[in-house]
Amino acid sequence: MSNKIHPQHPDITVDMWEKIDETIAANRSKPGSVITVLRECQNVVNYLPVELIDYISQGLNLSSSDVFGVASFYSLFSFEPKGRHLIKVCMGTACYVKGIKEAIDRTCNTYQIKEGGTSEDRRFSLEAVRCLGACGLAPVAVVDQDIYGSISSSNILEILERYE
Amino acid sequence: MAKLTIQDLKKIKEGASKEMSLRDEAGKVKVTVHMGTCGIAAGARDVMASLMEEMGETDRKDIRVVASGCMGMCSSEPNVTIEIEGEKPIIYQHIDRNKMRQVFKRHVLMGEVQTDFALAKM
Amino acid sequence: MKKVRTQLMLCGGTGCHSTGTPAVREALEKEIEQQGLSEEVQVVETGCNGFCAVGPVMLVQPDGIFYQKLDPKDIPYLVEEHFLKGRPVKKFFYKEPDSKETIPGMNDIPFFAHQQLRVMRNKGLIDPEVIDDYIARDGYFGAAKALQEMTPEQIVEEVKTSQIRGRGGAGFPTGIKWEFASKSPGDVKYVLCNADEGDPGAFMDRSILEADPHAVVEGMIIAARAINAHKGYIYARTEYPLAIRRLNIAITQAKEYGLLGKDILGTGFDFEIEIYEGAGAFVCGEETALMRSIEGKRGMPRPRPPFPAHKGLWEKPTILNNVETLANIPQIILNGGSWYASVGTETSKGTKVFALSGDIYNIGLLEVPMGISLRTVIYDIGGGIPKKKKFKAVQLGGPSGGCIPEQHLDTPVDYEEITKVGAIMGSGGMIVMDENTCMVDMARFFMDFIQDESCGKCTPCREGTRRLLQILEKICDGKGEPSDLESLDKLSAIIKDSALCGLGLTAPNPVLSTLRYFRDEYEAHIYEKRCPAKRCAALLKFEVDPELCTKCGACFRHCPTEAVIWKKKEIAVIDKEKCIKCMTCFEKCKFGSIF
Repeated sequence: MSNKIHPQHPDITVDMWEKIDETIAANRSKPGSVITVLRECQNVVNYLPVELIDYISQGLNLSSSDVFGVASFYSLFSFEPKGRHLIKVCMGTACYVKGIKEAIDRTCNTYQIKEGGTSEDRRFSLEAVRCLGACGLAPVAVVDQDIYGSISSSNILEILERYE
Repeated sequence: MAKLTIQDLKKIKEGASKEMSLRDEAGKVKVTVHMGTCGIAAGARDVMASLMEEMGETDRKDIRVVASGCMGMCSSEPNVTIEIEGEKPIIYQHIDRNKMRQVFKRHVLMGEVQTDFALAKM
Repeated sequence: MKKVRTQLMLCGGTGCHSTGTPAVREALEKEIEQQGLSEEVQVVETGCNGFCAVGPVMLVQPDGIFYQKLDPKDIPYLVEEHFLKGRPVKKFFYKEPDSKETIPGMNDIPFFAHQQLRVMRNKGLIDPEVIDDYIARDGYFGAAKALQEMTPEQIVEEVKTSQIRGRGGAGFPTGIKWEFASKSPGDVKYVLCNADEGDPGAFMDRSILEADPHAVVEGMIIAARAINAHKGYIYARTEYPLAIRRLNIAITQAKEYGLLGKDILGTGFDFEIEIYEGAGAFVCGEETALMRSIEGKRGMPRPRPPFPAHKGLWEKPTILNNVETLANIPQIILNGGSWYASVGTETSKGTKVFALSGDIYNIGLLEVPMGISLRTVIYDIGGGIPKKKKFKAVQLGGPSGGCIPEQHLDTPVDYEEITKVGAIMGSGGMIVMDENTCMVDMARFFMDFIQDESCGKCTPCREGTRRLLQILEKICDGKGEPSDLESLDKLSAIIKDSALCGLGLTAPNPVLSTLRYFRDEYEAHIYEKRCPAKRCAALLKFEVDPELCTKCGACFRHCPTEAVIWKKKEIAVIDKEKCIKCMTCFEKCKFGSIF
C-alpha cells in the first residue's frame, strides 16, 4: 500500500500515512465502518484535517460530504489540532450540582482557553464532556488518562501545573 | 480450546465454586486459629499451614477458617477453636501440626471431639 | 487442590481505580508476600462494588468485613493486624454519618442492608475477567437452559411472565418487544445491546459491564435464541474504556468456551457479538439513532413506525435492549418469570438499580425492589444530606426527567407513580440537591445539555430547546420579564406535542417540573432580581454583610484576583473592579455573609 500517493500535510508523517492505509484496508469491505476508521485515524494524527477526510473518503469509496457529515456529527472528532494535554471536565448533573462550573471558569481564566478550545501555546485543550459515570467522585476532571475526583476552583490549578 | 458441552459447564461450576465458597458467608463449621503475638511465637503459623493443607484435600464447602486475636490464655497457646453449628465450641490447647491434622480429620470432618487435646468446653 | 483461607475482594471499578486501587493492590500483594501469607490470603480484583464515594473499598471474606478509604501506606499494619493476627482494623470501618459509630460488617451497613441484589448479585464476588468465576455462580446455565430445553416461544413467554420492562428509560415491556421481533419474517435479525449510557448521573450500566460483563453476553445469547438472530452488537460509550476492555475479555473467553460462535454448547445454534464503540453523541441512546450510528451514518432518529422489531438495523428485524435489562434475563430464564414478578408493584416488577449522587452522604450504586419509597432510598440507604443542609429536590431520569420536591418523597419507585409527580424512571440516575441548588439554574443546565445534544433533525427540538435555553439564560442573568414564564409554559407544551423522537418529546420536562414545584424561585429571579439559592452570579452583588462577617479572612486568602480587601479583625470588603465573580469567596465563606 506504500506506493499510494499521499497528500502533503505538515502534521502527518510517512509513518502515520502507513497506519492510515492499514486502517482503511482493514475496514473498507465492512459496511458501516466509517466511524471506526475516523476514530483510529484521529488516534494516529490527533485530529482530522480536511486532507485526511478527503483521503479516507476515497479509500472507503464514499463521498467526502458523507464522511464530513459523520465526522461533524459526533463530538469525539476534532478538525482542529489538540493541545499536548487534554483536560476533560465532566458536565454531568452530579458534577454540576457539586460545583464544577467554578473550577472550569478558573481554568479558562488562567490558561485563556475556551470550552472546546486549545490554549495558544498548545499546552492544554479543554473539553466539557457529558457524564463520565464517576459521580461518586464528583466533581470529576480527567487530564490525559488520569482521573481526578473532588476537584474545585482551588485545587484544579495545582493539578494542572503537573502537566507541562 | 475444545468447545464446551453442558456437562463441561457443570464441571467448571463445581471446580470454580470450590475456590469461591469462601465468598458465600454460609458455613457450618468455623475453625479459628488464635494468632496473637503469643500464639504466633508458640507456633500458630505452622498450625495454620497444616490446617490449610487439610482444607485443600477436602471437598467440604461449609468449613470456614478464621484467624483471630489472642484469647488471653497465652500459656496454653497455640489455641484452636472449633465451632460446629448446633454444638458447643471446643477449644484445643498446645496444638501443633500433627494435632491439628488429627483434630481436623476426626473432629471437623467426623464430629468426634478429641478430648485429649481439649482445654475446656466453652 | 489448594485452598486459601481469606479472600480480599478489592474493588476495581472506575471510581475506586481512580482513588487508588492499583497502589493498594500492589501494597497488599507485597505485604502478604513479606509476611508469608501468600498461600493463605488471596487478593481478587472485582468489578464495581457500588459504594464509590468511600473508595478504594475492599470486602474481606469469609469474615464479611468491609474496609473503606484504604491507603497504601497503612496496608502493612492492616495485613499484620487482620490477616495475620485476626484483629480487624477499626480505622478503615464504615462510619455512620451522624453518630460516627463504626460498622465492620458489610451487610450491617445501611447502604447495603436495604438492597436486594439481582442484577448486581455478582458485584464484588467474582473476578469479572475470569469466566469460571461467573460459571461458578450459575453463569451460562440460563443460556444452556434456553438453548437446550426451551423453544423460542417459551423463552418469549417466560420473559412476558416476568413482566420486566425496559430499564433504559421508556419502560416498554421487554417480552412484548421480543414477541414482535420473533414473529417478524426474515432470516437475518439482530440483537443489540444499548450500552450508550448517556444520561448524566447514571452509571449503573458502566458498573454492570465492569463487574459482570458475562451476564450481558448471556442475556444477549438468550435474546438471540428467542428471536432467532445470529449476530449481535453492543453499542458502548467511548467514555467507558474499562467497561469496553472487560467486555472484550468476556467475549473472547466466551468464544474460547464455545459459548459464542458456531454450534453453541453443541445445540446447533450460532451467535456472535461485536462491540461497536460510540463517538460521543447523546442522541445515539435513542434506538433508531443508535442503529443509524452502527450503520456508519449520522446518528439521527427516524419516525416510527416502522418499528425496529420489523425494520431496524440494515432494515432487518432488530431488538434493542439496555444493559440492565439484558443482565436480568439469565436469571429470569433460570428461576422463572413468576419468580421475577414476585417482587415489585402492580405495574413495575423486579428490582431497579439506581445511581445515587449529588448532595448525599452515601454516593453510589444500589439495587432496590420496585415499590420502595424515594424517602427510604435517600434517607435510609443514602444516609441523608451532608453538612446539615436541607433537602430541596431529587432529580430522576436525566435530561428527560424532572425534579421531585420534599412533599412527594413518599412516592414509590414505580414507572407510573413517578411519571405522575412529573419525572420519569429513566435509566436510574438519582441526583439529590440541597438548599444551595438554584432550580432555575438547574433547568438552564439541562436545557443547555439538550440543546447541545439535539441532533437537529426536527424543528421543535432544534429551535424550541434553543429558545427555551435563551429564556432561561436571560432569567439567570437577571433580565427576566414577567412574560417569560408564560413563554416557557407555551413553548414546552408545543415541543412536547410535536418533536420527532423520545428525546425531543421529553426535552421540556426539566423546565416543566421546576416550574411546577419551584415557580417561586423563577418569580424571585424575575420580579425581585434575586437568586434565593445564591447560585446565579449575575444576581449577586458581591458585597459583605457586616453583621454576618466574622472577620476570618477566608475569602481574602482564597480570592484568585486579590479583589478582597481585609485586615485582621476587620470586616472584608470586595473591590468590584477586580472581582471576576468566580464564586470562590462564596464557597469559602462558612457564614453566608457574602450576598
